[in-house]
Amino acid sequence: MTRWESVIGLEVHVQLQTQSKIFSGASTHYGAEPNTQACAVDIALPGILPVMNRTAVQMAATFGLATGATINHRSVFARKNYFYPDLPKGYQISQYEIPIVSGGQINIGEGDTLRKIRITRAHLEEDAGKSQHDGLGKMSGIDLNRAGTPLLEVVSEPDMRSPAEAIAYLRKIHSLVRYLKICDGNMQEGSFRCDANISIRVEGDSELGIRTELKNLNSFRFIERALNHEIQRQIDLIEDGGQVVQETRLYDSDRDQTRPMRGKEEAHDYRYFPDPDLPPLVIEDAEVEYLRASLPELPDARCDRFIDTYQLRKSDAQQLTADRGIADYFEETVREAGGNSKIATNWVTGDLMAALNRDSLPIEQSRVSPISLGKLICRINDQSISGKIAKDIFSDLWDNGGDVDQIIEARGLKQMSDSVELEQIVEKILSKFSEQADQVRQGQEKVLGFLVGQVMKETGGKANPKAVNEILSRKLSP
Amino acid sequence: MSISKSDVERVARLARIGIEPHEAERYSIDLSNILTLVEQMNKIDTEGIQPMAHPQDITLRLRDDEVKEVNKRDKFQAIAPAVNQGLYLVPKVID
Amino acid sequence: MPHRQSLSALNRMLATGGISSTEITTHFLDRIEKNQQLNAFVSVDREQTLARAQQADHSRRNERNLNLKGLPVALKDIFCTQDLLTSCGSRILSNFVSPYDATVVERLDKDGFFVLGKTNMDEFAMGSSNESSYFGPVLNPWNTARVPGGSSGGSAAAVSARLAPAAIGTDTGGSIRQPAAFCGLTGLKPSYGRISRYGMVAYASSLDQAGPITQSAEDAALLLQTMAGFDSRDSTSLDTAVPDYLSALNTGLENVRLGIPKEFLDPSIDPEVLSTIETALQEFEKLGAKLVDIELPNSGAGIAAYYVIAPAEASSNLSKFDGVRYGHRASEFSDLLDMYEKSRAEGFGDEVKRRILIGSYALSAGYYDAYYLKAQKVRRIIANDFSQAFKQCDLIAGPTTPSTAFPLGKNLDDPVSMYLNDVFTVPVNLAGLPAISLPAGFDQSGLPIGLQLIGPYLKEANILSAAHAYQKVTDWHQRIPGDYE
Repeated sequence: MTRWESVIGLEVHVQLQTQSKIFSGASTHYGAEPNTQACAVDIALPGILPVMNRTAVQMAATFGLATGATINHRSVFARKNYFYPDLPKGYQISQYEIPIVSGGQINIGEGDTLRKIRITRAHLEEDAGKSQHDGLGKMSGIDLNRAGTPLLEVVSEPDMRSPAEAIAYLRKIHSLVRYLKICDGNMQEGSFRCDANISIRVEGDSELGIRTELKNLNSFRFIERALNHEIQRQIDLIEDGGQVVQETRLYDSDRDQTRPMRGKEEAHDYRYFPDPDLPPLVIEDAEVEYLRASLPELPDARCDRFIDTYQLRKSDAQQLTADRGIADYFEETVREAGGNSKIATNWVTGDLMAALNRDSLPIEQSRVSPISLGKLICRINDQSISGKIAKDIFSDLWDNGGDVDQIIEARGLKQMSDSVELEQIVEKILSKFSEQADQVRQGQEKVLGFLVGQVMKETGGKANPKAVNEILSRKLSP
Repeated sequence: MSISKSDVERVARLARIGIEPHEAERYSIDLSNILTLVEQMNKIDTEGIQPMAHPQDITLRLRDDEVKEVNKRDKFQAIAPAVNQGLYLVPKVID
Repeated sequence: MPHRQSLSALNRMLATGGISSTEITTHFLDRIEKNQQLNAFVSVDREQTLARAQQADHSRRNERNLNLKGLPVALKDIFCTQDLLTSCGSRILSNFVSPYDATVVERLDKDGFFVLGKTNMDEFAMGSSNESSYFGPVLNPWNTARVPGGSSGGSAAAVSARLAPAAIGTDTGGSIRQPAAFCGLTGLKPSYGRISRYGMVAYASSLDQAGPITQSAEDAALLLQTMAGFDSRDSTSLDTAVPDYLSALNTGLENVRLGIPKEFLDPSIDPEVLSTIETALQEFEKLGAKLVDIELPNSGAGIAAYYVIAPAEASSNLSKFDGVRYGHRASEFSDLLDMYEKSRAEGFGDEVKRRILIGSYALSAGYYDAYYLKAQKVRRIIANDFSQAFKQCDLIAGPTTPSTAFPLGKNLDDPVSMYLNDVFTVPVNLAGLPAISLPAGFDQSGLPIGLQLIGPYLKEANILSAAHAYQKVTDWHQRIPGDYE
């Protein structure tokens, strides 16, 4: 049987999180009423002209620096000409021959499975508007609020060999752009989108097969499914004696299938040429150095540091550093918790993540602050409360807010370590359960746990289990 | 070089200009004549010359990232051929 | 009579209280109404314009703001205005009212100039005869069987017939200078980037430049002063100081080296034009200028390069006219593609379609290098020729056009002959330089002849002072066509 290998290259569209559009002063804020954020430039009134947004340039260069790419001293904006109702000028301003960023690399996997995925280029361009098809009869409605939102298109070499590698690469880029604070990464809102070029070949071949382009990939889950589906489709096609046709296909997530795009069947001839309205973009070396110096610590470096500084397992460190917000949260929690990174790791990767997932909240909107969580960990550490009570307090904080110490005080949750009071309770339990107490005295140590449980129950969980254990052991020692 | 009728039809489709068959004939003559004029530039040796896209030697000016526009939808859509609920209407777009 | 006065003279009369804006404006509005046969204007709003004049008079009386000029000027219909239609001579914009004003309009307004009316033009500024307008051809006031030139034909005819004291046009390949030459006027194309293009409907973005069409260099200086300057909304607008053009007017011609390119005095051009230009050059010499022989060896290829670059840019610039957000939309169509093709086929005229087609062709796959890229290289060579020439001279002089105004309809079916009209003007746009056309005499049939002065980049003041020196000793620029005196 033939062994097939898939070859995948990705084009990632990263919406840069500027306040205003790439060539106009209209807001990029998501979710406004249709066409209320489409100004004269965005709707392409006659006579209007584009003026470039400085922040978009800086964000693009920052991405290039973070991937070890070359920031081109001079880059050129070109017009990509085609007609589509969501493209008001009849051309998209993009970068063609000379992009702002050339080269670069993303590492995926580790050790033996480490793979270097080369980035061909990253260029600046403007986003198009959106079409709506529902409820308008035979017509479509065009909303140009998104038109002119700055995009960084990151084009990879065809270096990925499986959907899993493609996803790993995408996650890396996703993590990186959030670290760099150049994109909010929101895939549902379309801030982070991806097209894939896919071909297959017999394993060991060096030549590339005929590729198809898959569009409309808007969640990690769909991307993996779509890629798997397309690869299988190509294998089936070839094994049945057919040929792959170079075409653009759409992934339909409802049916889990891909189909050729109908609207764009004619051959493309984009007639690119340098945009006469925009002189060449020049970035001075000093600006590049300034941006380089302003780069935050990047995910891979931060992961290594977490392992070193906090003595974390690699898997925990990776999980904590994949998202800049979570890594920041974790570090602040550890600081508040007096350096107790082990407990902090358990809490952040455990209860906190679970709560965030349950309520579908990003870390920035966590209902428990790292200061509160740190304090909670301090109270566990100084034995004021047990881990079990802490979980209870965490839920309370999450649902109702408030201060850790006040909750402990108000609800009387402070752990009983006072031995006089505890001894009285232990005596009470021993007389109530004298039969079990005798069994312990006769050496059935397993029964000790039962008695501890009874003391805990009596104290409403507030007793320090360690202290209870000590008192019971002493009293029941033969 | 001459431009054939089918060249004219191909380019007219790219430019989204509907043309009748008899027009294609006429345009192919006109455009061929224009190309003959244009090809006079082939007499000039341009070896090693950088193309000139802008008449000035300036670089791109960058503006600060600030929102300066307000909603003018009503004004803009007052001159639109067809709108509904704030959307510009076009015949159904098929992906 | 106000129409026998130059813009500068009217300005002086206003300042001394010898006349009011309302009187001036009423007079010109009346003349426009009486001379509609020229077809120079496409939209005029008498009441609104008079209201502006009255407002200007009021301000002058009460606020003593003497900088506020209160003068009406005609505006080419390519500039976006909120108060009047902006049709660009095209059916596709025949119903278009701009939701904003062009920078040129704002700057005129700030200095107290207001729009007398919007003038007819070749459709989207594509033409050299003003015959491609959706609103019909404009007639030349010197001979109504002749074209006024184009594309700013309406602006030139309006000033020539003294229906307006001055006008604003645009020049992509000669569209200010050629009609100025054909109509006996002074037409200035400033350096690329000197006047903001914001709000000027784009034809060929790397070549388009606004400028005045006036009775004299002095008037041109007055309007350039108002319009020139940096605009943050135009990325190609120059952020450099604007000199005082008016005070530089009297610099004179002493020791100015006037370069005469032998390519511009080609024996194939109209001998009457040739001899008139030679006579005018002798006049410049008498005024102290030194004539220097220079070469612009590649300027002849300017037309060829221009008719690739301009249509290529135009084919892209005019894609926005798709019937979706404004402008003409076909009334019946079967689907989206059909709507695009019908709307654009109905909306654009023949010459515009030709240029969109040739431009799309030059940019299309397989032809880009041979046409577009080649033209951009030729463009650089032509620009380099000018740089070389300006090492030997301060200004370059020659005829504006190879002939005087040609008969209406003569070149209508022969686009290539039409294009050759721009042979001396086009190289200037390719290089982005400033140039002026000024009246230098008449041929035997009484048609005006224009002389072109070309300057180095941003040297408008030198061009204007040279033209002014010539106009102080000649009266060609003061001649008014017989029927309009």
